[in-house]
Amino acid sequence: MSKQTKQNLITYGIVIVAYIIVEILILTGNLSSHMKGLLVPMTYYAVIAVALNLCVGILGELSIGHCGFMCLGAFSSAFFSKLTENSLPTVPRFIIAFIIGIAVAGLFGFLIGIPVLRLKGDYLAIVTLAFGEIIKNVINAFYVGVDSKGLHFSMKSSMELGMEKDGNIIINGAMGITGTPHNSSFTVGVIVLLISLFVVQNLINSRDGRAIMAIRDNYIAAEATGINVTGYKMMAFTISAAIAGAAGVLFSHNITTLTASSQYFGYNASIMILVYVVLGGIGNIRGSVIAACILYLLPELLRGFSNYRMLIYSIVLIVMMIVNWSPKVIEWRKRTFGRLNLKRGAKEVA
Amino acid sequence: MALLDVNNLSISFGGLRAVDNFKINIEKGELYGLIGPNGAGKTTVFNLLTGVYKPNEGIIRLDGEDITRKSTIEINHAGIARTFQNIRLFKNMPVIDNVKVGLSERFKYSSLEGILHMGSYRRVEKEMNEEAMRLLKVFDLDGECETLAANLPYGKQRKLEIARAMATNPKLLLLDEPAAGMNPNETGELMDTIALVRKEFDMTILLIEHDMKLVSGICEKLTVLNFGRVLCQGETKEVLANPEVITAYLGE
Repeated sequence: MSKQTKQNLITYGIVIVAYIIVEILILTGNLSSHMKGLLVPMTYYAVIAVALNLCVGILGELSIGHCGFMCLGAFSSAFFSKLTENSLPTVPRFIIAFIIGIAVAGLFGFLIGIPVLRLKGDYLAIVTLAFGEIIKNVINAFYVGVDSKGLHFSMKSSMELGMEKDGNIIINGAMGITGTPHNSSFTVGVIVLLISLFVVQNLINSRDGRAIMAIRDNYIAAEATGINVTGYKMMAFTISAAIAGAAGVLFSHNITTLTASSQYFGYNASIMILVYVVLGGIGNIRGSVIAACILYLLPELLRGFSNYRMLIYSIVLIVMMIVNWSPKVIEWRKRTFGRLNLKRGAKEVA
Repeated sequence: MALLDVNNLSISFGGLRAVDNFKINIEKGELYGLIGPNGAGKTTVFNLLTGVYKPNEGIIRLDGEDITRKSTIEINHAGIARTFQNIRLFKNMPVIDNVKVGLSERFKYSSLEGILHMGSYRRVEKEMNEEAMRLLKVFDLDGECETLAANLPYGKQRKLEIARAMATNPKLLLLDEPAAGMNPNETGELMDTIALVRKEFDMTILLIEHDMKLVSGICEKLTVLNFGRVLCQGETKEVLANPEVITAYLGE
C-alpha cells in the first residue's frame, strides 16, 4: 500500500470513528437536542470546506464566494423536492435532488470559469465575490409557483404570478422556500462527506490532480510541460463548485424555511469557510474537515461564556494559526512527536 | 533535413526590435550553443521557439512541421521541451510527481477512471511509476524520489528540471543557462549530465550559456547573438576565434 493510500484511509477512518462515537452518544442519550441540531450543519460545513480546499489549496485559486454555489445547490434541490414531494418516494427523490443540486452548482462553476480562469491573478476572487452576492440577491427577487396549468414565474412579486386559487407558491422571493422535506440526517451528511473526500483525495492522486497541482506551483512550467492549464483549472473549479452544491442540498433539506440570507450565503459565510480551510491547512484535506468541525462547534460550545464567547473564539483562531503555520512550532512539533515515535520504537525492540 | 529550421524570425516590443532576422539550422543529434552578451535576445529566441511570444515575421519548422504561432502546449506536444533560466519546478510536489506531470501526455486514462481509481488506473499508474523511476535513475535522483522538489539542493533541482523536460519525450531540448549560479564542480557535473542525456536519449540540444568553459567544452556549433541579430554562426572553434565575436562578447 502506498503512503498516499494509507493517508487517505486514515482520513476516512477518522470520519467513520467520529460518526460511530456520535451515534453511540445519541443512542445512550448523552447528547442534548441542541447538540443534535448541530450535527448536520457540521457535516455540510465540512463538505464545503473540502470543496473550497480543492479550489484554494490544490488549484491555488482564491474563491471567496463559495457559499454562492452552496446557495444554488440549496435552492435548485429544494425547488425540485417541493415540486415532487407528493409524487415521488423519499429515497429516489432525495437522490435526484442531490444530482440536481450538484449539477446546477457545477454548471454555474463551469460558466463562471470560462471567462475568469483564462486570466492569471486574483480575478477569480473578485468574480466569485460578486457572484456570491448576485446569486443571493437574484434569488431574493425570484417568484415561482405551480398550479394546474403548470409553472408560473415572476421577478416582481407573488401577485404577479397570476396563479389559480389552488396554486402553490414554491419560491416566494425573499421569504424563500418553506416546508422543504427534512431528509438530511447526520448519517446522510457523513455519507456525502465521505463521497466528497473520496472524490477529492482520489483526484489528487491521479494524473489530473498532479496536473492541477503543477499549475498551482508554476503555471509557466506546467504549460511548457504540455499541461492544458485552462482546461485543468476549469475541471478543478467545476468539481469544487459541484461539491459545494452537494453541501447546499444537505443544507436545504435540513431547514424549515430556506431564505437566501446573508447569514448563510453572504460574504461573511464564505470567509468563514475560507477560515476553516486556512486554519486546517491549505491543501490539507483532512485538516479542513477537522477544522470545519471544531470551528463550527466551538462558538456553540462556548455559549456558557456568554459575552466572552467571541473573544475566546478569536483567541482559539490565533492559537490554531500559530500551531499550524509557525515554522518554529512546526519544528518543535516534529521534534516532540519524533521523540515519541523513537520511544515507541525502542519499546517494541525491547 | 534539419530537425529545427528557423528562418527570418523577428519580433518587436514597441519600437525595440528584440530579435531581428534570426535563423538557425540544427541537425538531429547536434549540441548547439546560443551565446551573446546580456540583453542580446537569447531568451527571447527561446520564448519564440516555445510559443510564449508569437513572432512578427518568420517561420519555425520542427522536423518539417510548421510550428510557428502554435501555443506553448501544442509546441511541447510537437516535441520541444525546455528548462528555465530561473528554475521552475513544481516545488510543493515530490520529485517523482514532477516527472510524472511530464509523463502525463504519454500515459493516459480518463478523468473518471482517475477519480474512481478504477479501470486502467492501476495499470497505467504502475507503468508511469516505473518509467518515472527509470528516468530518475538516469539522473541519479531515484534516491530522493519522495523528497519535495523545493528541498533539493540547487544542482539536483537543475537535474530534475531536465528530467521533467525529458519525460515529455521531446525531439529537441532547450536549456536556458543551465549552469547559472553553479560553482565549477557543479558545472562539471552538469556537463556530464548533458553528455549523458545525449548518449542515453540520442537527444538534440540547444542551450544558452555564459560559462565559456562549458560552451567550448561541449557545444559543437555556436550562434552568437548581439542586439537581436546573428553576429556569427558555425563550428565552435571558428566562432570563438572570430574577431567580431571577441570584440562584442568575449573581450580581448
